Amino acid sequence: MTADTNILSQLIETLKPFTKKGHHLGEDTELVSELGLDSLQVMQVLLKIEDQFDISIPLNNIPNILTVKELAQEIEKLLRV
Amino acid sequence: MGLFEKFHPIRQARQDLLKTGVNPFHITVEKILSPTEAIINGQQTILVGTNNYLGLTFHPDCIQAGQQALEQEGTGTTGSRMANGSFLSHFELEQAIAEFYDLPYAMVFSTGYQANLGILSSLAGPGDTILLDGDSHASIYDGCRLGGAEVFRFKHNNVADLEKRLRRLGDRTKRTLIVVEGIYSMLGDKASLAEIVDVKQKYGATLVVDEAHSLGVLGPNGRGLVEEVGVEKDVDCIVGTFSKSLGSTGGFGVSHHPELELIRYTSRPYIFTASSCPSVVASTKTAVRIIQANPQLRLQLWDNSHQLYDGLKQNGYTLGAEVGPIIAAMIPTRELALAMWQGLLEQGIYVNLMIPPATPNSECLLRCSVSAAHTSDQINTIIRAFSDQKIAADIQHGSHPQAMGT
Repeated sequence: MTADTNILSQLIETLKPFTKKGHHLGEDTELVSELGLDSLQVMQVLLKIEDQFDISIPLNNIPNILTVKELAQEIEKLLRV
Repeated sequence: MGLFEKFHPIRQARQDLLKTGVNPFHITVEKILSPTEAIINGQQTILVGTNNYLGLTFHPDCIQAGQQALEQEGTGTTGSRMANGSFLSHFELEQAIAEFYDLPYAMVFSTGYQANLGILSSLAGPGDTILLDGDSHASIYDGCRLGGAEVFRFKHNNVADLEKRLRRLGDRTKRTLIVVEGIYSMLGDKASLAEIVDVKQKYGATLVVDEAHSLGVLGPNGRGLVEEVGVEKDVDCIVGTFSKSLGSTGGFGVSHHPELELIRYTSRPYIFTASSCPSVVASTKTAVRIIQANPQLRLQLWDNSHQLYDGLKQNGYTLGAEVGPIIAAMIPTRELALAMWQGLLEQGIYVNLMIPPATPNSECLLRCSVSAAHTSDQINTIIRAFSDQKIAADIQHGSHPQAMGT
């Protein structure tokens, strides 16, 4: 399944400042292991993204969101509701 | 990967900790002497990390009631209330709790953890929504998860963020449960309850307040933050524990909703566990009467809290914003927090060491919980030990005079 390219590009823009130097940022990048974020930073990123798209991401779904693409798909799903 | 391989990082972390010569998460209280003193590592130690807010664990009336129940009703109930039946004393305890809160319905659980598990999982299930404060206790998170509702976290004590999330829910707010705590266990701050009640009313949601750390501590009758703020009618359910200010074990829910009685039939953590043993029930019931009859215990607790808070502040510690029985000193690094915690213990002072991920904002904390049973002399001894540790830390980090946030 692909992610909406518009959402994906907005998401990547938001994630850029959180990405540590030397880490690659693409749709298959894993948020925790590849971006080098700790759990607190992940929460900060999610809060920012929730406000950006005016959505709330359920805690129930967070364990299943590993990559940038999966996060974009979750945002897309929540925007459809 | 085998099942047991996932324990390797934990084993490693524990070994690293043991190399420092101490494991703060494996303390043995060799002999408990009083609500505020024990023998630890062979040394008489002042306890200031027990949550024993009113110091009732050795109250002669609670001990006597427990002994009497032990002799008359035996050591245990050997099963659940649903299967084996309730002892009369279980209902009497529920009656005592309901009367204490001046609310019609009360239900007791075997632990505080199970009270949250049982009530939250029953109130909000599949198709429902929960909004919980991000700094909530693990029992709240676990209770929310057990019920199967969709769970959202709002920024700690941030009513604007809570309201934003309620707005995003649209017409789901009527089936939404908001969960907050009276006093938060790590930094000791209180929920902004008046404002939270306002948005709860505006959106037609349901509100549960966990008064685990505020029962016996806040409010004209010691009922907690809900009483202090005067919003008893607007809070749908209060949950709490017997294992802090009441000095025993167990948990409870109280409510003006008659449906609380029906939770007995829906709550797995109530149905499928052994009920509280008679001695615990009897001690708890006596402790409730004691806190009702002795408001001076609460006043003493607050005097002691002010003494410790002011003393630590004067010594340059960065503390949580509010004076209260939970006083958390923020320490800049994990290594320093561990060294200071160990230094305090060597000086005969036991506090709680709290490090991430158990803490808000990844803080490292030396967390004190004050008791009404502490004497002024004990608190001065605690302050002196903290002062010594601060001086030692400042000397060690002499090149960073701001290291302690002063």
